[in-house]
Amino acid sequence: MRSTVAALIRKDLRLELRSFESVPAMLMFSVSTFVLFHFGLDRGALAGDLAAGVLWVTLLLAAVLGMNRLFVAEHEQGGFDGFLMAPVDRTALFVAKALVLFCYLVAVELVAVPAFVVLLLAPGAGQALPELLAVLVLADAGIAVVGTLIGALGVQTRARDLIVPLIALPLLVPVVIAAAEASAPLFAQAGADPFPGRWLLVLALYDAVFGLLAYAVFDYLLEE
Amino acid sequence: MATTAAGDSRPAVALAGVGRAYGERVALREISFTLARGATVAVFGANGAGKTTLLRILAGLLRPHAGSAHVLGAELPREAYRARGRTGLLGHDPMLYRDLTVRENLRFHARLHRVDQGRADALVAQVGLSARADDPVRTLSRGMTQRAAICRAVLHAPELLLLDEPLANLDPGGAAAVEPLIGRGAGPARVLISHAAERGLAEADHVLGLRGGRQVLWAPAAQVGLADVQGLYA
Repeated sequence: MRSTVAALIRKDLRLELRSFESVPAMLMFSVSTFVLFHFGLDRGALAGDLAAGVLWVTLLLAAVLGMNRLFVAEHEQGGFDGFLMAPVDRTALFVAKALVLFCYLVAVELVAVPAFVVLLLAPGAGQALPELLAVLVLADAGIAVVGTLIGALGVQTRARDLIVPLIALPLLVPVVIAAAEASAPLFAQAGADPFPGRWLLVLALYDAVFGLLAYAVFDYLLEE
Repeated sequence: MATTAAGDSRPAVALAGVGRAYGERVALREISFTLARGATVAVFGANGAGKTTLLRILAGLLRPHAGSAHVLGAELPREAYRARGRTGLLGHDPMLYRDLTVRENLRFHARLHRVDQGRADALVAQVGLSARADDPVRTLSRGMTQRAAICRAVLHAPELLLLDEPLANLDPGGAAAVEPLIGRGAGPARVLISHAAERGLAEADHVLGLRGGRQVLWAPAAQVGLADVQGLYA
């Protein structure tokens, strides 16, 4: 399965580098939203709960753009048929697409998080980078797993752009809660508060549960 | 390379009373025929007769809703995994990523089918696409895209070829170039959808006629005349 996953990831990243259909849109959305919050909230800077909420809601909505397009090439250019006729483990498609979405999120955050810090975060807040990285990785994993599952479901419907956010956003509420709770102390204005590690555990648990669930049901989603 | 079932005497296709519906609309009903290994059946019928649905059932991409279907000895859909990698489909959709080059597309499919990468390059050369092999598929003419799609369909040396208007958009040179790959002498059993009655009859051992999803003709090609085929479109 590893070589199939590698082939699928290579193909998807190559397609994205040629078409620039997902990551630039996700990035533009994130930065534009931060700019809107910067002016809309009418505050000099954000810290604590508010900063964490703005960051995670923005990243989640940007991720929905990526979910919407994750399976479009497979659906519109015969990729599903080609894959389904090949003698490979169908779960390889789930694993590859989840990793691709994870890569997209990381690429977006490499620019969006510094933009968030510059545009919105209060001076002195956001000092605990390693802890924030841990939150980002675990939250991205959850978003990638659920996003891949919902993306595969949505692409087979006519109202893809509507179905994906309608299903994905409620399912991802626990990720936003846990990621925001875990991030808020890191954005405290008077320096980082003690890191609530239990929210990292919640994220890890969410990733594991939805990872197993998606692994179990993805095969059925590919059936006509 | 796909495993070939050398010595397997089971037919390439065996359908008995196969039916398929899309919601309330019945697309195929009571289709029954047997196709031997290496033989060709030409499928004729007007638009909407059920030809593409039949092809997709045989490819394992649609479940039959009635009857029993066996492809290369595997019962569909229960044993569809056994037929995967042993059938090649050339449909209306070339099943190629438009932003990848011809070579990248074929190498991707070669990896999925665990076929040697050199096979992809050899096929590209065989169909006369070497000069455009490193161009994105979206920049190719329809004829060139069809040649690339044929390479993709035969890349893994399938035992059953499912061909929907395989020569569409091909000029005479292109048709001659792909003949050894998908023509009568290519080796695999073939299910060939065609609207060109004369050519279809010349290529086939058997003829299947469909009208409104029903099987109205099944006969050896030698016993079927042009008028019989044209009658299916009336």
